[in-house]
Amino acid sequence: MSGYLTGVLALLAINVIFAYGIFITAAAGQLNLGGAGFQAIGAYGCALLGLEAGLPPGPAIALAALLGGAVGFLISFPVLRTRGVYMVLATFAFAEVVAGVILNSERLGGSMGLILQDYVDIGIILPVAGGVVLFAFYLMSTRVGLAMRAIHDDEAVAELMGVHTRAVQVGCFALGGALAALSGALYALYYGFVEAQVFGPLLSIFVLLYVLIGGTQTAWGPLVGAAFFTLLPEGLRSLAAALGVEPELGRAIEESRFLIFGVIIVAMMILRPQGIVTRDLLERMLPRRRRGAGHG
Amino acid sequence: MAEPVLALGGICKSFGGVEVLRDVALSVPRGARHALIGPNGAGKTTLFNVISGVIAPDAGRVMLDGRDITAVPARRRIRLGIARSFQNIRLMPHLSVVENVMLGQHARASLAGLFAPVGLMPRSRAREEAMAVLEAFGLDPHPGQVVSNLPYGVRKKIEIVRALAARPRVLMLDEPAAGLNTAETAALRDFLMGVSEAGVTLIVVEHDMPFVHSLCGHVTVMNFGRVIYDGPAAGVREDPAVLEAYLGHGRGGDAA
Repeated sequence: MSGYLTGVLALLAINVIFAYGIFITAAAGQLNLGGAGFQAIGAYGCALLGLEAGLPPGPAIALAALLGGAVGFLISFPVLRTRGVYMVLATFAFAEVVAGVILNSERLGGSMGLILQDYVDIGIILPVAGGVVLFAFYLMSTRVGLAMRAIHDDEAVAELMGVHTRAVQVGCFALGGALAALSGALYALYYGFVEAQVFGPLLSIFVLLYVLIGGTQTAWGPLVGAAFFTLLPEGLRSLAAALGVEPELGRAIEESRFLIFGVIIVAMMILRPQGIVTRDLLERMLPRRRRGAGHG
Repeated sequence: MAEPVLALGGICKSFGGVEVLRDVALSVPRGARHALIGPNGAGKTTLFNVISGVIAPDAGRVMLDGRDITAVPARRRIRLGIARSFQNIRLMPHLSVVENVMLGQHARASLAGLFAPVGLMPRSRAREEAMAVLEAFGLDPHPGQVVSNLPYGVRKKIEIVRALAARPRVLMLDEPAAGLNTAETAALRDFLMGVSEAGVTLIVVEHDMPFVHSLCGHVTVMNFGRVIYDGPAAGVREDPAVLEAYLGHGRGGDAA
């Protein structure tokens, strides 16, 4: 496998895990715009556990994910007191606090970041990502997953149906935090360094876009969204190269690929605000046993 | 008369300065088919919200089978046996028909049941059971599409089935016949009779009086947050207070 392809695959796998971390809360109707904060906690947690505690990658990754889960659990209580756009702002503020702490901490390397001594390759990252995807599909197929989707649709009625909505929401924040931190730990170990600038507001926005554009109704959404967003810029880049355009023009296309990307996002929001993958789409694509009896 | 399965006493509720419920008392015997009627704004839905735990009363008690459940949160009341439908259909728009009904079973699920991948098991007991209830109500249990694509009358019925999926002792229906045609209303009455015969106590808010008379033996009439009549359905048409509430002062006889 070429180095370029491996790099794209690793980034895709990390982004997929990250996207599921945000999806878990979004599926239950809560928008988490603090993704970068959770990912940073995982990345720095993993880096410190390796550098200072001398932990090997496996335990360091697991503990970093647990740390993200614990932070998600704790911040869910103040965050869940807010609704709608205020919740988005609260989670965003959380990520800014995390970034601020890192930038101002000498121990965390400040703006210089940290260089890790350990390394994991794609042979670890891909199976972990696969496991996360399977877990997400499993979770969404349980009654807990059904309860999450019910909360997304109508929290008050879900409560009346016997769903402990608060417990589900807190659980989603904890699990989502753990997955985002897991992606951060893998990121740190794959690239071999962490720096605060990576975990900025744009990252939080992008990962939430993966999820919203992919669709929050089914577990397919984050997979499709992350793939779309990770592969599209690369695809546009390759396209410019493959067309063999003049170097000048090639650079112009390469530079404007984010512009094209932006246009596609806006078009998606107008044409398909519910995301690429919806329940209806799946039902239409899978004409199976449920069809047949017609309408009641 | 049998002991009451549901008993309310001294229920008061104000929103801001508006008194919506004033000292409301209600006693529903086990197995009864009880209607709650009254002009718009009488407080019927608010009373439903108090019984189901959506809102807490300012004063008064809600007793279920002799147990004070006034402070029990809404999600636990369905476990204790109170299920309801809503005046404006409140199905989960992004869930399929069967999933909506399976949500109704949520309160009965064990911890292990909560984590069983029922969505991946086309023949799980939960799914079969949900389909059976849908079929019993003459609904197609197979439509894969999400609920928001279905017609009003069908969604209305699914909401009742969802409430029944909790296997309640008390089923509260908020205007179940609204928007249904004559044939559908008759089918609804027959279905609810069957539910009642299975031992479920029914409390129905409804404006359709022929439907009320054909289904319910007992009627409570509310107006401006107060109970103004509580007695047999047959007597409600002659009651002066009821006539006044619906038709205005003194001239009730003209229109009755």
